[in-house]
Amino acid sequence: MKNKFSLFIIVIFLSFCFVIFYKGLDTPNNYTPKVNEKKNIPTFKAKDFNSDSYINSDKIFEENIFYIVNIWASWCVPCRTEHPLLMQLSKNQSIKLIGLNYRDNFNNAKNFIDDFGNPYSRILIDKDGTLGVEFGAYGVPETFLIDKSKFIIKKFVGPINQEIVKEIELIIK
Amino acid sequence: MKILKIFITLFLIMNFFELKSDEINDVLKSKILKNIRCLICQGQSVYDSESEFASSIKLIVDRKIGEGLKEKQIYQFLREKYGDWVIFDPQVNKNTYVLWLLPLLLFLFGGAIMYKKIQKNNEK
Repeated sequence: MKNKFSLFIIVIFLSFCFVIFYKGLDTPNNYTPKVNEKKNIPTFKAKDFNSDSYINSDKIFEENIFYIVNIWASWCVPCRTEHPLLMQLSKNQSIKLIGLNYRDNFNNAKNFIDDFGNPYSRILIDKDGTLGVEFGAYGVPETFLIDKSKFIIKKFVGPINQEIVKEIELIIK
Repeated sequence: MKILKIFITLFLIMNFFELKSDEINDVLKSKILKNIRCLICQGQSVYDSESEFASSIKLIVDRKIGEGLKEKQIYQFLREKYGDWVIFDPQVNKNTYVLWLLPLLLFLFGGAIMYKKIQKNNEK
């Protein structure tokens, strides 16, 4: 009887360990950002790329429309890939694109915009990357979709593609 | 002369406290940075990492300490931005109860078995 009880306890313990380790196999051991989490827009003050003056976040997102915040840099190769799609999105009247120029050289960034076009209604300078942290970004490019009630409703890590553009267009319709 | 002495003493005391508070902030900053995971270079803390992400986090932590935020508030800020994964020390919540309680339960269970064995041996 006692032996049976011990065996039972051992079997339960081993099964428990098995379940824990089995579940662990499914869990990725690297950072996977939550892309659909609804979050507030951070409050910040940033330097404007064109006017060199500082502007508050509430002034940036004051219109009752959808916004896209796109983190980009001239040195970032994937940013070049997604740029034509951002140009395409910028033609849509119900959305405004805000660019966050991440850890970049001003002249290089300016040349990038001159060469490939400017899809942004406003560009903000994030010289030390701290503004990106406020948005919860950890790399470049990253794109955030902000709804009319000023919530970040979606986050796209990496360059956007045609499917993402369609998804955004569907949401803002 | 006496006034000058008092002035110098006061000046030195003020500088000492300023130095002390900077030292405390540096210790706190190192402690916090060692507990933040670098999301670019897996397995490394922000303290050890030289990545761009890590350097931005270092600046943010420095700024938050300057703003007077406590250690827990800084962790909370980072959790809101990147989730629980960004902090090395897991917080006690419904997802981590097993993680925190299992060692204690195993310890108690093992202890109970040992206690029983010892008691049995003594009876013999």
